Amino acid sequence: MKKAFWLAGATVLALAQPASAGDTIKIGFVSTFSGPTAVIGNDMRNSFELALDHLGRKMGGKPVEVIYEDDGQKPDVGKQKTEKLIQSDKVDFIAGYIWSNVLLASLKTAVDSKTFLISANAGPSQLAGELCSPYVFSTSWQNDQTPQAVGTYMNQKGVKSVFLIGPNYAAGKDMLAGVKSTFKGQVVGEEYTVWPSQLDFSAELTKAKNSKAESIFVFYPGAAGVQFLNQYAQAGIKAQIPLYTAFTIDELSLPLQKENALGVPGAQQWVNDLPNAENKKFVEDYRKKYTGLRPTFYGAQSYDAANLINSAVIAVKGDTSKKDEMKAEMEKANFKSVRGPFKYGNNHIPIQNFYLQDVVKDADGQLSLKTVATIVKDDQDRFADKCPMKK
Amino acid sequence: MLVLVEQSLNGLQFGLLLFMLAAGLTLVFGIMDFVNLAHGSLYMMGAYFAATFVAWTNSFVLGILLALGATLLLGIALEFVALRHLYGRDHLDQVLATFGLILFFNDAVRLIWGPAGLSLPLPAWLTVPVQIVPGVFYPAYRLSIIVVALAVAALLYVVVMRTRVGMLIRAGASNREMIGALGINIKLLFTLVFGLGAALAGLAGLMQAPILTVQIGMGENILILAFVIIVIGGIGSIRGAFLAAIFVGMIDTLGRAFLPDLLRMMLSSAAASTAAPALSSMLIYLLMAIVLVVRPEGLFPAAKR
Repeated sequence: MKKAFWLAGATVLALAQPASAGDTIKIGFVSTFSGPTAVIGNDMRNSFELALDHLGRKMGGKPVEVIYEDDGQKPDVGKQKTEKLIQSDKVDFIAGYIWSNVLLASLKTAVDSKTFLISANAGPSQLAGELCSPYVFSTSWQNDQTPQAVGTYMNQKGVKSVFLIGPNYAAGKDMLAGVKSTFKGQVVGEEYTVWPSQLDFSAELTKAKNSKAESIFVFYPGAAGVQFLNQYAQAGIKAQIPLYTAFTIDELSLPLQKENALGVPGAQQWVNDLPNAENKKFVEDYRKKYTGLRPTFYGAQSYDAANLINSAVIAVKGDTSKKDEMKAEMEKANFKSVRGPFKYGNNHIPIQNFYLQDVVKDADGQLSLKTVATIVKDDQDRFADKCPMKK
Repeated sequence: MLVLVEQSLNGLQFGLLLFMLAAGLTLVFGIMDFVNLAHGSLYMMGAYFAATFVAWTNSFVLGILLALGATLLLGIALEFVALRHLYGRDHLDQVLATFGLILFFNDAVRLIWGPAGLSLPLPAWLTVPVQIVPGVFYPAYRLSIIVVALAVAALLYVVVMRTRVGMLIRAGASNREMIGALGINIKLLFTLVFGLGAALAGLAGLMQAPILTVQIGMGENILILAFVIIVIGGIGSIRGAFLAAIFVGMIDTLGRAFLPDLLRMMLSSAAASTAAPALSSMLIYLLMAIVLVVRPEGLFPAAKR
């Protein structure tokens, strides 16, 4: 009955406006909203909603409808949800994706149906290289880029040797490979842990300590990063071997990491204090709208994703059937990113700066991240030439 | 050589922590014949209680004692309200009901404490590494886990083997109808056993909390290991759980520590370091499979029914 009603309604509307593909812009958003990593998904949703507020909840004059789906951090579930959004909800765009393995599982569905997919976090090397697609854009990075910047920073500091520790899945391998690709010193050891079930890193820390390495590099997103820093400090290694990280310390994990995170440098393409007008507005309004919370880089990327989609919809005046024009517009990156300079490489992965971030106490006494220096400028990922799309 | 000592301590510590979790599970499973999937939730609640009470009282020891009491009470309340109606049902019903409890506890925690998780900071006197043999420093807190778990094991041994309550528990494990017929209040006994199991789970959770983060669903990953342990050790046997837990902890840790080096002799370095963690986590299940084939009752089964 209900279905028939909607069907009738849709027919009437279709007859009334024959030129338009639909009267709302439909966006599917797949992220993790349950389990221990739900905090990340919530931050992405909050920022996406904030961007829509800033856009007046309209794109190209049409109201926007977002359907949020929970992947539960599982590739098979993420794939199902992607299929559902594309096949039964018939969304115009699909965005989100925290996890590289979830994105890789969902990718084919989006590409085969020619639905634009905007990854607001995951950046597996395959996506930048052989699996790049005209329909896939990123508002984050390729996984290797951030650790590459860390490796470059370690060279600048004159570090001679490193011990690498990371989780045994797609992103973990990319991260460690990223450091190795730029770090000029010696890699004395390399350990992978079972992901996400292994919670105790005592065996790996003991090995790192006994390896006589001058430094440790680690990649653990979310709660695992809190656990790692706890165990690193408790084992007394913090006093002996300095730690370098990528994606381990962010505004979500910092309240739990507290003093353990002080003095641990990391690299990032977005930090909350980046001095541009868009970012100021984003950070201030986020803190106002969601009292007690702080935006993270995950959120900043989602905010950018909404603005990227908006630019494409405006370019075709809301007619989302004009895919080629939307693709051409998105390739221009014709929107103001909260991270400042932003353009696209041939593989639709951003060419952008990476900054050195440090943990400091901010004005209201809370620990916060601070931009210290620019490590690399206009960095393009190292898989771009494996992508068959050429400029 | 010193590395081996240190890694063995890591394995021992992990194993003893698993023992605290598995001991409660095997008590409830072995004696009450009740499959409690929500055991991991009690572990989680122990950690949340500890983080909350330590923050309230500003004292680590006091907070932990309060949390232990709170988990015990929660366990008793849970048994009284929900679980005692399920004893007569078959295992599948129990699995379904306690799985529901997992979801209930996860959402209750989300409602009360929020999704972000908590941290339980250690007092300064527990964060220093201690020199145990010359050249080997070991984190004081992990050492304290070893001490507490050994004390718990000893206490359980005394209670179960040397006291009247323990005698009834053992008798209940072998023949529940008989001890009911002897005029023992079996309902009360079961409530006590369940409370004890809950307190043990809570203790494991709160001991683990400063090392890990206190977060929703933290009991689910580790619960599988606890089940593996009681299957290897023999259902209902505390001694079996103790030895199997140390076995599993050692295999897991030493596997992760030394397998990569062994594999590197045969494989490329990159392949070895990715294959080793996968293999070492498989070893535990391999051990379980072998035990099930050779001794289906487990290595140290409790007295025959």
